[in-house]
Order: sequence, then C-alpha cells, then structure tokens
Amino acid sequence: MMCRVPAEAGDVSEAGTYMARRLSAFMRTLRDNAFAVGLKEGADAAQVLASPLALRRDSLRSALKALVCACRSDWLKFDAVFDAFWLGRGVRLVVPIAANTPRTKRAEQRHLPGRELEQRFQPSLGEQVPAAGSNTEDRDASATGRMEGATRAERLAETDFRRIHDPEAIAEAHALAARLARRMRTRLSRRERARLKGRRLDLRRTIRRNVAHGGVPLELVWRRRKRKPLRLVVLLDTSGSMSLYTSVFVRFIHGVLDHFHEAEAFLFHTRLVHVSAALRERDAGRALDRLSLLAQGVGGGTRIGESLATFNRWHAKSVIHSRTCVMIVSDGYDTGTPEAIADEMRRLARRAKRIVWLNPMIGWDGYAPSARGMQAALPFVDLFAPAHNLKSLAALEPYLARL
Amino acid sequence: MTLSREQITERLAAVGYVADRELPVALQLMDMLDRPLLLEGEAGVGKTEVAKALSAVHGTPLIRLQCYEGLDQSTALYEWNYQRQLLAIRAREGAGADPYEVEQDIFSERFLLERPLLAAIRRPDRPVLLIDEIDRADEEFEAFLLELLSDFQVSIPELGTVKAASIPRVVLTSNSTRELSDALRRRCLYHYVDYPDVERETRIILARVPRIATALALQIARLVEGVRKEELRKVPGVAETLDWAAALTGLGVENLHAAPETVHETLRCLLKTQEDRARVTPEVSARLLGKVA
Repeated sequence: MMCRVPAEAGDVSEAGTYMARRLSAFMRTLRDNAFAVGLKEGADAAQVLASPLALRRDSLRSALKALVCACRSDWLKFDAVFDAFWLGRGVRLVVPIAANTPRTKRAEQRHLPGRELEQRFQPSLGEQVPAAGSNTEDRDASATGRMEGATRAERLAETDFRRIHDPEAIAEAHALAARLARRMRTRLSRRERARLKGRRLDLRRTIRRNVAHGGVPLELVWRRRKRKPLRLVVLLDTSGSMSLYTSVFVRFIHGVLDHFHEAEAFLFHTRLVHVSAALRERDAGRALDRLSLLAQGVGGGTRIGESLATFNRWHAKSVIHSRTCVMIVSDGYDTGTPEAIADEMRRLARRAKRIVWLNPMIGWDGYAPSARGMQAALPFVDLFAPAHNLKSLAALEPYLARL
Repeated sequence: MTLSREQITERLAAVGYVADRELPVALQLMDMLDRPLLLEGEAGVGKTEVAKALSAVHGTPLIRLQCYEGLDQSTALYEWNYQRQLLAIRAREGAGADPYEVEQDIFSERFLLERPLLAAIRRPDRPVLLIDEIDRADEEFEAFLLELLSDFQVSIPELGTVKAASIPRVVLTSNSTRELSDALRRRCLYHYVDYPDVERETRIILARVPRIATALALQIARLVEGVRKEELRKVPGVAETLDWAAALTGLGVENLHAAPETVHETLRCLLKTQEDRARVTPEVSARLLGKVA
C-alpha cells in the first residue's frame, strides 16, 4: 500500500508485477523491523528494481541497503532481514519481531503478498509477562514472589508493553516527570542569569557584521554563555528480576522524554536498545506499541557490564555532553563479572557529569546492596537511592533536582 | 551519464581508493536517484577520502565545506564583498554618477563572494560537494542544508533566485557526535564505513605506500587488526596504519619479526593517547607480533 510503483517499473510483464509485489512486501517487513521506510523509499526501491542492479543479488542487496538504512543499527541488521525475506534464511533467529507475528512469515508472504496486513492480528503475549509486572499495586503483595538474581538466558519473546497502557498511571508519571523537569530547569535558568551579568559586546562579530553598513555599528552582536540545559539519559534494566518495576519506569521515561528539553532513553537486559525515538511518540499507547517492537528480549537475563560497554562504545559519544546526568535503574543483579561493570562504570563516570543509580531493591526491608555488580558500581555513583514506584520517585525529587 | 557499478569499482581502484563491496553500488545509486550520500563511521576510516575518490572517478572538481559549531550562511553560502563595494562607491562619488545605477552595479555578480554551497550549485559540471562533519554544525544549519538539498536553489534578495546549473553530487560525513535529524537521514542514502578487514587494508597499504613489499603490508595489516582489538581509547584508523607503514619502510624494516624493538617503538604512530601508550607495553606488542604469522 505504501509502495507506489513508478510507470517504468510497473512493467506490463507478469514477472514485473510479481516482483513489485514482493518488493512492497519486503518494504513492509522492513517497516515491521523498525526501519523508517516511507513512500519515497518505496518508489526509489522500485526504480532500483527496474535497473540493472536488480540482476544480481549482491548488488540488489547493497542498493536497497544504501537506500533504506538511516543509521548504524539499521546497517547492521539489514543483511539479516534481507536474507530472511529473500532467501528464507534464519528467519526465527534474526527477525524475532517478524517471526513472532504470523503475518510476516516467509511462506505466507510468498503466497499472499498483498494480504498480510488484513490478516494482522495482535499477538497476545501478555501471559509471558509476569502478571505482577503490569500492576504496580501488586508489588507489596508479591514480596515472596519477587525474583532475585539474574539469568543468562536471552528471552526472544516479544514483551507486550501495551499492557501497561493505563491512562491514569501514565498521567501521574507524566506529572512527576514534568515537575522534575521544571525544577531542574528553574535552577538552571537562575544560574544562567548570574552568568548573563557578564554579558559583553562581541566586538569582533559586531565589526564583521557591520562592514555592510560601512562600519557604522547598526547591528550589535552580544556575547553570552551558551545555554546547555541538563540532559537526562536513562538506562533502564528490563530484565526478569526487574519485571515488577519495568512498567513504572517505562511510564516515567515516557514522561521524561516528553518534558525534558534533552533526554535520551535506553533499555537493557542482555542487550542495549536505544528507545528514545519510539518513546518520543506523544500518544502513550503508540509509544508503547513501538517499544514492544524494539524491546525483544525483555524479561530475560541481565548483562549489565556488556550493556554498559555497548553504551560507552556506541552511544556515549553522541548522547553525553558536559551537562549530562546518567540515571541507571537496575537492581544490580548481573551475570557478568563485577570487574566488567567496574571498568565500564569508570569509563562512564569519566564522561558523565553525574551518575544516579536507582535501585528498586533498596525499598525492601533488609536489603543491602550485596549484589556483586552493585558493589562494583557503587564507587562511581553520585546518588544511590531507592525507587520502586512513583511515590518513591517523587520523594527523590529534591535530590534529583540538586544534581 | 551514469556509470555502472563495475566501471565505478574500476575507476575507484585506478585513483587509489580501495572500496568495500557495497560502496560502488551506493555511488551508482547517488547518480540514479539524485540523492546525497551520508557516510558514517569512526574517525580515521577514510570517509573524506570517499568524496575525493568520487570526484576523481567522475573527473569533476571537489568542493568542500567543513562544518563547525557556529557555521552560518555567510560562510557557507554567499556574502557580498563589502570592501570592494565601498571602494566602488568611493570611486564614483566624484564622478556624479546616478545613485540608482551605482546601486545596481554594486549588487551585481561582480561583488558576490561565492562560498562553497553557492559555488557548488552554480557550477555546470556536476561537482562533488563534500559537507564534512555535518554533526558539528548547529541544528539550524542542518535544517537550512536540508532545504537546499531538496530544492537546489538559493534566493539572494538583491539578485534574485539562483537555480542550480547542475545538481551536484553531495557527500555528507558524520562522526555521530550528535544525532542527526531524521529528516536529513531519510533524505540521504546511507553507507557505514567500517574499519577495513585485513585483505582490504593490505590492498590500501599497497596502493598508498610506495615501494612496500606485499608480505610486509600483510603483516602490518594483521598487526593493526590485533591492535584494534585491544581495549584502547582511540582505535587507530587507516591513516594511522599508513603512517606506520611509511615509518617502517622509511626505517628499512622488511620483516616485522626481524625487528621487534623497532616495531614497539614505532607503534606510537598508531597510539595517540598517553593511556593507550602505557597500555601497550613491550610484552603486549610482542604478544601482538606473535599472532602475526
């Protein structure tokens, strides 16, 4: 439906029509795998298909790759998606999202290239989420049922974040995030004013600008401090041991992304996923929809060290600047070595201005941060605080605002 | 005229650029779809080289715009040559020229200073426009660029609208120090430039370092691959490899195993921070060397 085929590509021949239809099914598969593929890409892809590049598989692959990829993560997963679709190789392994929903199974696409969308049905994976995970009130009741420790198993199932779409709770989380954002910002602007006292005329630029007026300074250029609002980067542990709290924090993060000037969000379990784009969707329902697509593996094991390493290696450079507060939400239960966590935390501490570690487990009586990973990370943490529901997050407000 | 993939690969090799499998296709698509190409990758993997090679492939000039924070339209697009305008006005003051004519004159082509972007769209021979490190420019500039890249026309209030004489081939590079806007990403074709594998790096060394033996080039490429796997703050890029290869040939080394001390001492061509240098001790370099067959 999204792929219009230009005249020259829509050859009258039957093979041409078949290929065009396969192509549009491929475009849909890409979209299901979170590629940003729109009308324009569809049209261009059709043009590629009509060119000599389509005669050989590797050149067709390279061409479509250059066309539909928009960032490194796209680039890395494209080959797998391409092979899965055109060669039917490794479907289950590499495209878990597509594999979980029957509409993108290869066999069906071959026979019914145009009808998968109508056949779309919502995968009901709710039962795979521990029941308590969707309900914050259950928390106290399930003290005995809470999971401690971590597993190494990666969970390939698609966790359904839609189940946590509860308008009231979302509104509450947003209110808190907004309050927090405001407090952090007011403090900021006060500081800004103090700095602005030293505002001076920028002579060099003023002269340069006014050459056009024959040197008469009509347009003045002032010098002032650059505004750098505090940026909040949230890393949320969504592994099995955290499943009770995931929903609270996902809502909170949605609020944070909505209200903060600059904020980024990542989920991690056995891998790290950048979810800002999905969560920035205004409509909470849609945001959670997109999140479910991204967050395969949620509820499985934890590899904090590796996830932090990925963050430091690939994301830190672009999301951390000099006024960045990194907030890690995790219970510290980890299957990696504590040394790995310590190394990565050291690296992170060197970049980030502040590191906050929120640990839901502190809320439990008799919990000491005894998890080895937690111990390794503590020396690098500026604020180590309990948070297991919105109320405790709100209690942290003054501390967070001071950062 | 659009070149085919094979022709592009051939010509890239002829100008000394050793491309990976996917790049020629992306370059061909640029012409086919008239889209800019966005190159991402670590520092030092040769992103800028791609643009240089592309201009050599098509035999058109390369126009480069280096982005930085605070880059504005007057340095990127055009500016009036105020000094000459003032001179021209002075020169005619005594002659009693018609003020209207003077005004017409000083806002004519003669007094216009072309900056890279305007120069690129006014050239008739499809130049390669390299917009280097776009992530360093401000977001406003990115938005402006996006507009230019879709319309290929510029309006200069005093002169009128300048339409592109030919659509330049645009190459953008980014080190991803800042997230680029989705709009810009979607406007562009994408290519991720990775560190070359041993085979490609060997070919790069052979193409770029004069009079180097194939065996040595292969050893160097293997050792550099080992160094990249170490935990370093600054992973050495291709340029560093070439420096090192040049240093080794300059010192008359023909076999790395024959001169382990020289190897360790010259490794500083690859390691650019104190921390990394401290990390690669003689033992480490001996271990790395041991892995090189």
